[in-house]
Amino acid sequence: MQLNVNGVSRAVSSPPLTSLLEVLREELAVLSPKHGCEQGGCGACTVLVDGEPRRSCLLPLAAVGDARITTVEGLGAPGDLAPVQSAFHDRYAAQCGYCTSGMLLAAHALIERKGGPVDRDEVLDALSGHVCRCTGYVKIVEAVMAASRGQVGAEPIEQPLAPEPSQPEIEIAGSPA
Amino acid sequence: MGLSDSEILMPASGADAVRAFGDGRDVTVFAGGTILMPMIAYRRYPQRARTLMLGRAGLNQISADGNVAVGAMTTLAAIAGSGVEPLAAAARDVADPEIRAQATLGGNLCAPPSRQGPRGDLQAALLAARAEVRCAVAGRERIEPIDEFLAGLDAEPRLVLGVELERPRRAAYSSQRRPHAHSYAVMAVACAELADGVRVAAAGVAKRAVRLRSVERALADGAAAEQASAGALDGLEPQDDALASSWYRREVLPVLVRRAITQLGGG
Ligand SMILES: Cc1cc2nc3c(=O)[nH]c(=O)nc-3n(C[C@H](O)[C@H](O)[C@H](O)COP(=O)(O)OP(=O)(O)OC[C@H]3O[C@@H](n4cnc5c(N)ncnc54)[C@H](O)[C@@H]3O)c2cc1C
Ligand code: FES
Ligand code: FES
Repeated sequence: MQLNVNGVSRAVSSPPLTSLLEVLREELAVLSPKHGCEQGGCGACTVLVDGEPRRSCLLPLAAVGDARITTVEGLGAPGDLAPVQSAFHDRYAAQCGYCTSGMLLAAHALIERKGGPVDRDEVLDALSGHVCRCTGYVKIVEAVMAASRGQVGAEPIEQPLAPEPSQPEIEIAGSPA
Repeated sequence: MGLSDSEILMPASGADAVRAFGDGRDVTVFAGGTILMPMIAYRRYPQRARTLMLGRAGLNQISADGNVAVGAMTTLAAIAGSGVEPLAAAARDVADPEIRAQATLGGNLCAPPSRQGPRGDLQAALLAARAEVRCAVAGRERIEPIDEFLAGLDAEPRLVLGVELERPRRAAYSSQRRPHAHSYAVMAVACAELADGVRVAAAGVAKRAVRLRSVERALADGAAAEQASAGALDGLEPQDDALASSWYRREVLPVLVRRAITQLGGG
């Protein structure tokens, strides 16, 4: 059968009950969806099916039919990132990156659906099925909210940790500082 | 026989599905797949000669003018947004938005109890609302009270086509969850006031959801929430499993019952 992945029709021959996740990774070498739990519980395998986020580990190939599959590879390209991708990059919202593709796609779908600024509760709900073992979620939530407001590619939002050298507060006679 | 030897059937209508299901003996019914796909991953799939995939069979309508009818393939997301209580509250309580958009009513109703614990949280809401299940058994369609349906589920294969119910006058739902979206509710209690009284049911205290008849009787006799919930455990032996101990269930079930009755606004 043919599978429509990121706008390209690809021939696949896996058996019908193979998960879409396995077909994407093993047969088509589309590697952004990740194998996490394979039981629907982590979100790492999330892809868009006709624009809606779905767990690719829970979708058998036979159920996909001619739906449009979008993975992170279809979201943006280096130099031409989607707003969520830029916001994640600007705001350090990824560490190891294992959860990131699932987070990006669910967040992208949320922003597309809303068509304007999303609030914190909406982000928490949309990402409630996505587990991140690294970031503590704070920067992810901030990045999605920023992306929905078009606040991407701006100046870094944080001051560098080390302040500019300045006059020491206490003068110690004879100190080299 | 390997998984790839199972013949895939994709009926294009409910009538085709009934025909393809036949007596159901060599058929695995495949709805949203949120339970079955992990079983494949863990090599516990109930492998049979044929897999009946319902994704193109329709059966996904909700009609809520007058009496309520919900097709077996209706997603939990659609039920959560339907305003039909206590079903909507139970559906909202399941997992996360992506799972709810894929998980179906039929799959929840027929969910096999897992190794770790019971599942199928909508069963309690359907029991409380006195739903009737429209299903096909050996090529014939019939409509069964939910109580009978759940009791007979393991005896004879059924293809669920949908449920029908009188819209409850009032309804309430109370559950005990662990913090993460993906943790199943440990227990859930649903109440519904129908024309002839209040029905109360609980999920998570037995293999499948059960009615709490002592509580119903106490409410019919005019008991307040506190008194009525005292009988919550009558006739029940809650199990120990991966979600909670029997002790914990005994302690918490009466609390959930009391909360649900209070939320309903008394008996
Ligand atoms: C991460 C995660 C969290 C979850 N959390 C919850 C939770 O909190 N509460 C809860 O109740 N469930 C939960 N589930 C389980 C599941 O998503 C739901 O119970 C869902 O409604 C099952 O529906 P399905 O269509 O996906 O079932 P499927 O996997 O397609 O089928 C499940 C079973 O029902 C049978 N079946 C399906 N449809 C029919 C039919 N029409 N006629 C006859 N037999 C049928 C199948 O043969 C199979 O045995 C969770 C699942 C996941 C992956
Ligand atoms: S791998 Fe699909 S949800 Fe974890
Ligand atoms: S960045 Fe490592 S799991 Fe989220």
